Amino acid sequence: MSSRRSRSRHSGSSRVTDDQINDLVSKLQQLLPEMHNRRSDKKSATKVLQETCNYIRSLHREVDDLSERLSELLENADTTQADLIRSLIMQ
Amino acid sequence: MSSSLLSANPALNSGRSSTRRRNKKKIQSHAIAENLSSNDQHQNSPIEWKSETQQQIYSSKLLQALRQVRNGDGSPAPKRVHEAADRALATTAKGRTRWSRAILTNRLKLKFMKKNNIVKRQRKVMTSISTGNSRSQRKSKVKILRLKSKSLPAFQRKVRVLSRLVPGCRKQPMPVVLEEATDYIAALEMQVRAMSALAELLSVSGSSSSH
Repeated sequence: MSSRRSRSRHSGSSRVTDDQINDLVSKLQQLLPEMHNRRSDKKSATKVLQETCNYIRSLHREVDDLSERLSELLENADTTQADLIRSLIMQ
Repeated sequence: MSSSLLSANPALNSGRSSTRRRNKKKIQSHAIAENLSSNDQHQNSPIEWKSETQQQIYSSKLLQALRQVRNGDGSPAPKRVHEAADRALATTAKGRTRWSRAILTNRLKLKFMKKNNIVKRQRKVMTSISTGNSRSQRKSKVKILRLKSKSLPAFQRKVRVLSRLVPGCRKQPMPVVLEEATDYIAALEMQVRAMSALAELLSVSGSSSSH
């Protein structure tokens, strides 16, 4: 594809092969939460990247919400030894 | 070795004064800097973020960090909690990835840069006044940026966006960014799992202790 040829020209000094890039993109695709992962060959690299960015942003937001929830819980909880003991029991 | 230094120090320093905490962080960043040279051989063994062990390691580090956040301020702000969670995540990564090292060195950088930025800005103003070059420099930089964003193919643009999302990857070449993103996503997923489990634990214990 023409876009891939121009890409390798831009990265001429770094000697990255298209196969390496495809390999990395497919690894990334496997991590993405897709409805039907069977059709993994049909995703274009650009789409995989777009979904990766969206997924990372949504994960960041999730961690934000969780840290808000945790900060509220930590404010109200007066015992910190209790959660430590419980986490040990969890293991 | 230095990894045991990382895990031993939080236990020692919990409940001590704030100067001890600052020193501990400096020691941690130096230990990570040392690991940079020795870990070049270890880079082929990435962390398995899906394993239960890693989640437990992270959960214990997170608990330690959160206890320190509580002892530091009266009411822990969500931002502090998030920063502590990210630092615990980066520590669990054992400095094998760029994003983890970037998270851990960012704290020191912020502390230094706040003091140094004022000095740097003053120096820039003085040099621009004396040489009168600031206008041309700014214009050329903006021009270059605009050209790049228009002529780059979509794939390269997305990689650039991705490199801004993953910490420590802004100037890295494309395969590095993709690799870091792979590890970062797995780590973030584990962070979400661990934090939600902890939140469940705290909410359950909170409701039961009130009765």
